[in-house]
Amino acid sequence: MPADITLERGRALTEAELLRRADWVRLQTIDLIAQAGLGHYSSTFSCAELVATLYYHALRLRPAEPNWPDRDRFLLGKGHVATGLWPVLADLGYYPHDWLKQFGKVGSPLNDHPNMKLAHGIDFSSGSLGHNLSVGAGMALAARLTGRDYRTFVLTGDGELQEGQVWEAAMAASHYKLGNLVAIIDANGFSGAGPTSQAMNIEPLAKRFEAFGWTVREIDGHHAPVLLRTFDELPDPASEEPVAIIARTRKGHGVEFMEKQPQAWHLGLLNAEQYADVVAEISARMELANG
Amino acid sequence: MPTWSRRSPPGWSWPMAEKKMVDVFSDVERETAMTANPAGYAVTELGAEDERIVTLAADMSNTVAEFIAKFPERYIECGIAETNSVSLAAGLASAGLIPYIYSMSPFGMLKTCEQWRTDVDYNHLPVRLVGRLSGLAMGYFGTSHYAVEDIAIARTMNNTVVLSPGDAASCVSLMRSTASLEVPVYIRIAEAVSRVYDEAPDYEFGKWPRLRTGSDVTLIGHGMGLGLCAAAAEALYEHDSIEADVFDAAYLRPYDETALLASAAKTGHVLTVEEHSVAGGLGSLVAEAIARAGLSVRLGQVALPDKDLEVGVPADLYEYYGLTPSNVAAKARSLVRR
Repeated sequence: MPADITLERGRALTEAELLRRADWVRLQTIDLIAQAGLGHYSSTFSCAELVATLYYHALRLRPAEPNWPDRDRFLLGKGHVATGLWPVLADLGYYPHDWLKQFGKVGSPLNDHPNMKLAHGIDFSSGSLGHNLSVGAGMALAARLTGRDYRTFVLTGDGELQEGQVWEAAMAASHYKLGNLVAIIDANGFSGAGPTSQAMNIEPLAKRFEAFGWTVREIDGHHAPVLLRTFDELPDPASEEPVAIIARTRKGHGVEFMEKQPQAWHLGLLNAEQYADVVAEISARMELANG
Repeated sequence: MPTWSRRSPPGWSWPMAEKKMVDVFSDVERETAMTANPAGYAVTELGAEDERIVTLAADMSNTVAEFIAKFPERYIECGIAETNSVSLAAGLASAGLIPYIYSMSPFGMLKTCEQWRTDVDYNHLPVRLVGRLSGLAMGYFGTSHYAVEDIAIARTMNNTVVLSPGDAASCVSLMRSTASLEVPVYIRIAEAVSRVYDEAPDYEFGKWPRLRTGSDVTLIGHGMGLGLCAAAAEALYEHDSIEADVFDAAYLRPYDETALLASAAKTGHVLTVEEHSVAGGLGSLVAEAIARAGLSVRLGQVALPDKDLEVGVPADLYEYYGLTPSNVAAKARSLVRR
């Protein structure tokens, strides 16, 4: 792909394609985890539609020029779901598909959490929860200081919002009027050890972000038309209120037995029988969508 | 029911400290903007030459007041939120800017250690953390305000350059010579420094300037320790005819292993002096290097003990913990004559 080819914001993506893309992310994730021997299934599945919407519709990108200064930034605050991002970045041409075969191996640029120094297309490293909204605010502020109109998106989990630093960042983002910053909360209701509400309640999320001076959109994070519309209708990057998209999602979405036991599949490894069942379940849905 | 009076009992008076806390902030040496606040002075100069430079501070804007006056749009106030300031700076740096974060040392490298490691150091970003009021500078404010572990933490970072200037001129020179580095830099500012240099040395990356040449003992200091080494070396020569090799360990990472080992092999006695814990600072790195090289050398440390520290005005604390020229000279003497 020539360096100056820009994937523009709002490029065509039908609702069916979006959902099929999300399922493709799930299938790829299952294979990558099988190869590595352990991985984060259910929290990757909760944000598969969000990732598909961002990379195939909403973000302005130049895959052949990963450091293009005017690209939209995407930060994976919940870094443990990078498994779902690697096939997408390979698909867009950031690096060869072959790299996926090295996933999880010593010396591979692709790890369970993303490292910006190793893989093209990663705008910032993550893995330590609570950092990336601050980093994203820094990028958004840099856009203001350098007169650029890129947007910065930060995908966080809902458990991640228990980290105090998130609220320091939320405060700074509204103080500096960063309408070019979009936080996407994958509100799947669970952290690693159990329901977020039992560990440390973070609700009411919309009111909390509003109280910090953010524009809030609360949506169904799996519903294609709503996802497309929400990202199409984002306020102009020059506007003055940062935007929080609270995406209500299901942890393990798209695989029935994981939806029923989302916590058990936060970190795990499918056995051969389960693997076959999951692949069959997702593939059948994709074929159905293909008509 | 006890009755409380706002008045003190008859004949009672407040015991006035001989040396007041305010002395820390109004040293007689500090007659100019540069000597009063060299790190603030330097960044203003650098900012005029490079518009990528931005400053951030968490409730420390006074220390970059001159920069703010000249480049208000390039100052980012962070409020009392140090962790956010470090990650935010990482974001700024990833977009091509060069952020200088000003913080109080205990809340800089200590409170934000993980943000520094994960967001700045691991990603090789050119962020600078300037820690003012390091060591015991905040004296009787209490041990919450001490920063005597920061070098131990900073020098375990994989990509961070760790600097500790020995006086105002050296601070300005170090900041100037590291301004274009594409890596993270931690600059530890000691407040109780005495003037060491009439003219600032030109620092070579990772090298220790030699202040004095001798063959009996090696004295190495950083921060206020440098002035103590210089003064002690003078006294040792005057009173005991002991000749000291004296090094300015402004670079703590990387450090000048070549100069250190050559001098240690020559003198056989090495004394380190620092306003930092005995654990993990200059004393530790010198001991590690000498042990690795297999040199048979007598080592001494003038530093703060790794136990609960006393609280008081800095001048009294320095006296109490032996961070004085006379104690450094005494330690050197006993090292040589043992």
